[in-house]
Amino acid sequence: MAHLSNQEVQLVRIFSRWIFYTSLLFLYLPVVVLTVSSFNASRFSGAWEGFSFSWYQKLFNEPTIWHALANSLLVATYSSLLATLLGLTSALAIHTYSSRLQKFHLGLLLTPLVMPDILMGICLLFLFISISLKLSLFTVFLAHTTFSISYVTMIIKTRLETIDPTILEAARDLGASSFSLFWKVVLPILSPAIIAGWLLAFTLSLDDFVITFFVVGPGATTLPVYIYSMMKFGAPPMINALSTLILLFTALITIVYYRIIEGKQIS
Amino acid sequence: MRRFREWLLTLPSFGWLLFFFFIPACIVYTFAFKQADITGTTLPGWSFNSILTLFEKQTLVLAWRTVWLCGITTLISIFIAIPMSLHMALSPPALQRKLLLLIMIPLWSSFIVRIFAWKIVLHPEGFVKGALVYFGLIEKSTPLLYNDLAILAVMVYSYFPFAILPLYSAASKFDFHLFEAAMDLGATWQRTFFTVYLPVMFPAILTAGLMVLIPAAGAYVIPEIVGGSGSEMLGNIIARRVLLNRNLPEASAFSLLLSALIFVPAVMISRWRTSQIKRYN
Repeated sequence: MAHLSNQEVQLVRIFSRWIFYTSLLFLYLPVVVLTVSSFNASRFSGAWEGFSFSWYQKLFNEPTIWHALANSLLVATYSSLLATLLGLTSALAIHTYSSRLQKFHLGLLLTPLVMPDILMGICLLFLFISISLKLSLFTVFLAHTTFSISYVTMIIKTRLETIDPTILEAARDLGASSFSLFWKVVLPILSPAIIAGWLLAFTLSLDDFVITFFVVGPGATTLPVYIYSMMKFGAPPMINALSTLILLFTALITIVYYRIIEGKQIS
Repeated sequence: MRRFREWLLTLPSFGWLLFFFFIPACIVYTFAFKQADITGTTLPGWSFNSILTLFEKQTLVLAWRTVWLCGITTLISIFIAIPMSLHMALSPPALQRKLLLLIMIPLWSSFIVRIFAWKIVLHPEGFVKGALVYFGLIEKSTPLLYNDLAILAVMVYSYFPFAILPLYSAASKFDFHLFEAAMDLGATWQRTFFTVYLPVMFPAILTAGLMVLIPAAGAYVIPEIVGGSGSEMLGNIIARRVLLNRNLPEASAFSLLLSALIFVPAVMISRWRTSQIKRYN
């Protein structure tokens, strides 16, 4: 709207810019406080008592944290891979066919997106109780796969809708079988969306607390569940250090994710 | 052959969600019509006792607190997100993507950790409290943590970014020449904003509201961490019935109530939308 010169419009712009940056401050406030506290020598978060790396040192000497992280990574890896596979097939099905079945299919995929986590957690717990499946990391894997599928499907489906149908026709005219059409044309076009969907499923799984909390078995904690139990019983500043590392790690993933999205826009 | 291929592509995800999502949801809702026994299992046969607990006074108090907390969270979030999305849409395209990224980065840090960070921010010896006392806005004895207001602040913090995306995508499609046209014809900017901009944005505002309302209604961690003993929400009671009391039928009944709280506005919005589409066709 740079071409609008009206003075009164400027008022709207100034007002909205002011709200934008104030809200951004609000959004970053706890994250900044957390990062700063992780370098605070004081045991209590109130006062600043000098710069220190001691919490990071303590963190690296705490094997249970690394065990929980390993569990989280294990679950995230397997659930994101399976969810990506299921998301790919479902997106292809919904995009290619327009039957009654696909209407139900789409409805089934959309409902988890509008369901609060706690209901999803309860549902899965009730299922595992009903089929007397013992709660463990495996049930966490099943739960994470379930809530990730819809997100992956939506990302891949959006990409599918942008494919120019003439490309597919051209490939067919040039004698491509449906097999090579899929492997040599459709899949390469979809690959950025598949990677983006997989990354999203991976980070959703790493970050999930509520659903995991309901379906996790004794002795099989994931990182968010471990952080929760530590914080609930007296918030050691070690967790601040851990959170700072998590923030750095997720920022890294975010940057990779955006690079992929940008690559998608160029191609 | 075509039919076979369709089933081949549909069955994996359809079957998975049927088994791990649809059937469990049915189990949960039927359990609401069962009765718990003291050992943590359910009695055979059907009963309305669990449903009847929904009409007890303490449940109604709890449901009302959930409704007003998530209602106000939704309203505040929309009030913040409308000007924010407007600012983004008015920025040059290259900047727009950067602004979006700026909003996303804190969202990608651990949810649970961000909530706990609020305990540091609102700590009685923290700088926020210090600043508020210094400027005479609150008394030294006013607690910032463990009350409804803390829940409200952290819920707005956690969920208002969800309102930005739908509003931003609608605002970026808005033709701002309409703004100029209205003002050239003599409308004030307030009038232009309320009678030209907001009506066009209305469907996006509803979507944004739903994006905030759904997670806010099911909030469990936030009241658990920054709420006090008297500020429980529906999510907390569901969790307590499952994890502590092992009263699955009552947990189901409360889940039914929570689903209804979300279902009613969601259906109203989607019906309104269909009626609008019909009107324009």
